[in-house]
Amino acid sequence: MTRRRAVLFVRIAVLAGLVASLEICCRTGIIDPLTIIPPSDMVASMIDRVGSGELDESIVNTFSTIVLAFVLAVGCGTLAGALVHRSSRLRDVADPLLASYYSVPTFIFYPLLVALLGLGKAPLVVLGVLSAAPAVMISTLSGLDSVSPVLLKLARVHRLSPVRTLWWIVLPAALPRLFSGFKLALSYALIGVIAGEFILSGTGLGYAISFAYQSFDNRAMYGLMLFVLLVAVIANGILYAWEGRLARRRSAG
Amino acid sequence: MSDVALENAQSRHSARGRVRAFDAAVVALLILALWQAIGSWTKGVAVSPPLQTLVYLFDLLRTWMFWDHAAATLAAFLVAFSLSALIGLALGLIFGVQRFTGEVAEPILAGFYTIPKVTLYPVVLLVFGLGMSAKIAFGVMHGLVPMTLFTLGAVRSLPPVLIRKAKVLRLSPGRTMLWVLMPACRPDIVNGLRISFSLSLLGVLIGEMFSSQRGLGFLLVNGMAQHNVPLSTAVVTVIVVVSIAANSLMLRLGGRIAHRSN
Repeated sequence: MTRRRAVLFVRIAVLAGLVASLEICCRTGIIDPLTIIPPSDMVASMIDRVGSGELDESIVNTFSTIVLAFVLAVGCGTLAGALVHRSSRLRDVADPLLASYYSVPTFIFYPLLVALLGLGKAPLVVLGVLSAAPAVMISTLSGLDSVSPVLLKLARVHRLSPVRTLWWIVLPAALPRLFSGFKLALSYALIGVIAGEFILSGTGLGYAISFAYQSFDNRAMYGLMLFVLLVAVIANGILYAWEGRLARRRSAG
Repeated sequence: MSDVALENAQSRHSARGRVRAFDAAVVALLILALWQAIGSWTKGVAVSPPLQTLVYLFDLLRTWMFWDHAAATLAAFLVAFSLSALIGLALGLIFGVQRFTGEVAEPILAGFYTIPKVTLYPVVLLVFGLGMSAKIAFGVMHGLVPMTLFTLGAVRSLPPVLIRKAKVLRLSPGRTMLWVLMPACRPDIVNGLRISFSLSLLGVLIGEMFSSQRGLGFLLVNGMAQHNVPLSTAVVTVIVVVSIAANSLMLRLGGRIAHRSN
């Protein structure tokens, strides 16, 4: 426990040291303020931007797109994974496909999606789903693989209906793997949507950052950037903590 | 008796192989059919159909312009990938051996892995300026962390007896890495290289898609902006085929190495 606390302490100290040295470098002019603004200014700019309400629309737009992409990816990915798991023949087809899909930079499809679906929410959602769903599918497959046959036999002995088997036996047993897939899906959906907005879009936080960059408004750019990164870190952190709690409850009970 | 059993097993094996080959062909045809359907459904304004793309691609491959852009991407990618691989390997080995440092660093790296790094691209551009070095830096930002995390995980899950043995033999840290850690972690290192390969390629391409004048990413966005649909479809096809081919090659290599070290 003390070791864990020491690790945590050093980690916070390292991060704080990095921020502080950046602040000092910017304030003393070692780093040109036209390149990077001091972290304290970033925070001030973020509070200004978000507090002023001018961003409300972009925030709602971006996060609703991310949530939509995440939900669709989790739904489609889990269904596809469960379907493929049932048939070994489909599995033989899907495994190499999934393994190579990983290597394709999905993002290059985005310009084609924009041409196909028009500029707006649709291509962003599809891009988010395309990058997140395979991760969910892979984790569903490995989660279902990890359900031990003894548990399924137990369900049969107790004559559980398929729905109850799924709810009481399969889901709890597969949950840890499923959850890590969901965690990946969230960060992939987030990365995909914001990258799409950044490169080619007319709304959203990603677009706001690239707009600020192109109009040389560094202060706004850094404030927005900090906001997006903070939200991403907090969202991932919540899932991380939740996962840890699930794991602990498992080992306790 | 055993010969018969072996023969049976072999024929079953080859029958399964044939089914697999058949299924793979069906999937390939399905993908082509889907591609064709999207192409003809949109009348070629978004995606050009497979055959047309292929014809265009053959013409494109004979132009000097295409190879100029491809060379720019390849050069940036190769530098970014080698830097990610070497630095990632070194950091992973160090963090793996130095437990405390590793425990401090791992969540920071994992957190960096999951944030949308594209938002940081303007900073990279401001620091490195437009051009090759910004693309390389962005590629490294994508490729470095997975390589480090994979190597770190591999070293950490090694049997501690190996490291103790190296200590007993009084190997220097450099020799411990070269003679003990790297051979023992080879399969995981190959996996890390594979992920790092595709992510540093992604980083370089995204860099080219946003304010750049050269490279395949630029060619893709430019084709879109000029409504040159066959061009953008052909570029996407090239990137997909090349990355899948490279990935399969590395998967096979990794499989062989894992097989040998067992």
